[in-house]
Amino acid sequence: MKLFAIRGGIHPEYRKELASDKAITALPMPQRLRILLHQHIGAPARLLVAAGERVLKGQMIAQGQGPVSAPAHAPTSGYIESVSEVTAPHASGLAQTAVVLVPDGKEEWAPLPTPLADPLTAEPQLIRDLVAQAGIVGMGGAAFPSVVKLHLGTQRKLEMLVLNGAECEPYLTCDDRVMREHPDEVIDGARIMAHALGAPLVIIGIEDNKPEALEAMTREAAAFPEVQVRPVPVQYPMGSERHLVQALTGRETPAAKLTADIGAVVHNVATAQAIHHAVRFGRPLIERVVTVSGRAVREPRNILAPIGAPVTALIDFCGGLVGVPARLVQGGPMMGQPLPSLDVPVIKGTSGILALNAEETGEAEAGPCIRCGTCVAICPCGLVPLEMAAFIRTDNLDGANNLGVTECLSCGSCSWACPSHIPLVQYFNYAKGMLKTKERDRTKHERTKTLTEAHRDRLERAAAAKAAAAAAKATTKGTPPAARQPRAEEPAEA
Amino acid sequence: MMIETATTSAPYTHSAASVQKTMTTVILALVPATAFNLYLFGWPAVFLFAVTVGACAAMEGLALLISGRRLMPTLGDGSAVLTGWLLAMTLPPWAPWWTGLLGAVFAILLGKQIFGGLGQNLFNPAMVARVALLVSFPVAMTSWVAPHPLFWTGTPGFLEALAITFGGQIPDGYSAATALGLVKTGLSMGQTVSQSVGQLPDLMDMGLGLRAGSLGETSALLILAGGLFLIWKKVITWHVPAAMLGTLFVAATLGHLANPERFTDGTFQILSGAAFLGAFFIATDYVTSPVSKTGQLIFGFGVGLLTWIIRSFAGYPEGVAFAVLLMNSLTPIIDQYTRPRRFGRTRRGEPLAPQGDK
Ligand code: SF4
Ligand code: SF4
Repeated sequence: MKLFAIRGGIHPEYRKELASDKAITALPMPQRLRILLHQHIGAPARLLVAAGERVLKGQMIAQGQGPVSAPAHAPTSGYIESVSEVTAPHASGLAQTAVVLVPDGKEEWAPLPTPLADPLTAEPQLIRDLVAQAGIVGMGGAAFPSVVKLHLGTQRKLEMLVLNGAECEPYLTCDDRVMREHPDEVIDGARIMAHALGAPLVIIGIEDNKPEALEAMTREAAAFPEVQVRPVPVQYPMGSERHLVQALTGRETPAAKLTADIGAVVHNVATAQAIHHAVRFGRPLIERVVTVSGRAVREPRNILAPIGAPVTALIDFCGGLVGVPARLVQGGPMMGQPLPSLDVPVIKGTSGILALNAEETGEAEAGPCIRCGTCVAICPCGLVPLEMAAFIRTDNLDGANNLGVTECLSCGSCSWACPSHIPLVQYFNYAKGMLKTKERDRTKHERTKTLTEAHRDRLERAAAAKAAAAAAKATTKGTPPAARQPRAEEPAEA
Repeated sequence: MMIETATTSAPYTHSAASVQKTMTTVILALVPATAFNLYLFGWPAVFLFAVTVGACAAMEGLALLISGRRLMPTLGDGSAVLTGWLLAMTLPPWAPWWTGLLGAVFAILLGKQIFGGLGQNLFNPAMVARVALLVSFPVAMTSWVAPHPLFWTGTPGFLEALAITFGGQIPDGYSAATALGLVKTGLSMGQTVSQSVGQLPDLMDMGLGLRAGSLGETSALLILAGGLFLIWKKVITWHVPAAMLGTLFVAATLGHLANPERFTDGTFQILSGAAFLGAFFIATDYVTSPVSKTGQLIFGFGVGLLTWIIRSFAGYPEGVAFAVLLMNSLTPIIDQYTRPRRFGRTRRGEPLAPQGDK
């Protein structure tokens, strides 16, 4: 089984040893859960419950809205204390609407959707329905509603499902633990997904710094000829979809296309496990494994936490903090979000909570670019970070766009390696944001223009009809028709 | 501009790399060759070295003060010291003190700070200074001496050395010609290359550095050791040195085969002058050489070829400094044409064909 080289990449200090030997342990049910309505990319879910109401475990408390959205469920039975604004686990620290649930300790299940008796022969739409109802989103951190990706097989001929077990972010070990402790569930979930996608093959890529996971998954996959488990080199960002597909198949996804366009759909291993639960048992996504780590955490561990659990409860479960951390991060250190405080809830995309000390972050004042070329050599996308940053510094967004800034993964490799500590990714995120806004404005403008043109056409047609009618009348009366010019284009709004 | 200097977005971890570390490693790599040559050329060389390095650091400080910037961390990054060090290594070992001082003005003020400081300059500051000194003070810059190791009899003592460096007079009987100079002068006097080469130290001594030459250039072996150390430390890659030395060697060999009486051979060319120092420490300067590996190959090729052309056809015996400066001016354009292929796109920037098999 041949592997293919991917360009660039880095080898950050992995620091997975802090938590990798800690078996998944369940968090004792906290006194309050705060379940955000918006835990995924796409439109926020619509509230279904009100304060004072009693809810049961697994009961839908908010409904997905629109094509890209996901519902939220009660992680346990209890009372809705309120629906209020809470600090969301985002850099902004802005408040978002959450359902505050006080558990009653009874763990009383709501009636769940009927699971599929034999999902591997079932109609794919039935699987997708269960996945949609279960509110499953990509659990690697991107939180993209999974059902949308399961639809990709309906228009395309897919060859394979690629399961991302690379877990290339330093510190994180939650996927590793899931693969070691529940390989059967992950592989079953993967087979169900492959069936739903119409993909005959499943390839599971695991970075070879996880020998136990590789072993457990290989053993479990042995029974299924269509499932292959393959070690991939330890090379950040191996977990990037396009790069993982390239490493496993040698196929390079063309710019502006999806991996699905070259026959592969990528899902995360934890997502596969959640899909197994949803399809086999009708269980919604109400808990997840979170790695709590970093040297500022007394006892790093892998915790099975209900969605909505306060991060403080997770930290306490790890024996608290040692000193004042230099950084709090949700996710991995390369692409994670800075946390405004510990007083935020766990969401479906929370793969890790890291409390890092100053030595670990290695933060330093940025200096001038010395043109060392490191960033160019390591960018997995073949971009030229130093030049893009130079353009952005002078607010030349078009220049940066021409160099491909929008194709940047924000993987952080360039910032990580830059000896001058230039926050390159920060520049690119800024530029991407600005370019997106500009693009949105442009499409809006164009839409307005089309509408205006349609309006003018209508007027012209009406005028022509009127003129024709007048002409018809005139021929009978013998006077020339009054030439009526359509009025000049009305000014476009906005 | 809305970006703040504080890191407010990921990554929240960093490699151990820093500018200061890079500069320190380069300096460390220069130590063996420098120490050996300071020994070889005695006290006058030690004084000149100290003056040049000190003056460069002082100029950097001055420039920061004048422009109202903080002294630290810029002064502490080591780049000014490195520039001074490299400049010193290219000066005649017994050159007077003011060459070091003026060199610092040329290198740091005109070569670097005028462009905005570290990272902004188009030309290698040490080479700017060397060439500026060479064209302004051709005599002082081409007064060579034979090796006179420290503590040997017949070697200038401490006080005599002070007079040489700060008094500017090289006493009679010490001068010698460099190998390249000898060949050049020989050619101009109608001698053939083989006649001149007959008067030269043998190749072994050339490689070890037991010959007349610049303060830090003569020991190709120790410089090579430093260069390999830098490659091992991943501060530089093999691309520039290999392309430059390879091209110089091949060009010289071809020339020599075509006309042995007119052109010296490849081995002689790469062992003499600043070839090794240039290949590992000067042409590899981050700021003024291309950033991509392909660009670095082209750059090294250019420096090698130009060095040979200048040495063989121009009025100066030594060509590395001019060659580096000429190629520096091409760096932006080389960078522009050697950008990597973007993921999912062809070299020309079009998206790949949808069937992604390659
Ligand atoms: S890594 Fe940093 S210093 Fe080096 S070229 Fe890139 S931006 Fe410049
Ligand atoms: S430019 Fe973007 S894709 Fe390239 S290394 Fe930097 S963050 Fe990663």
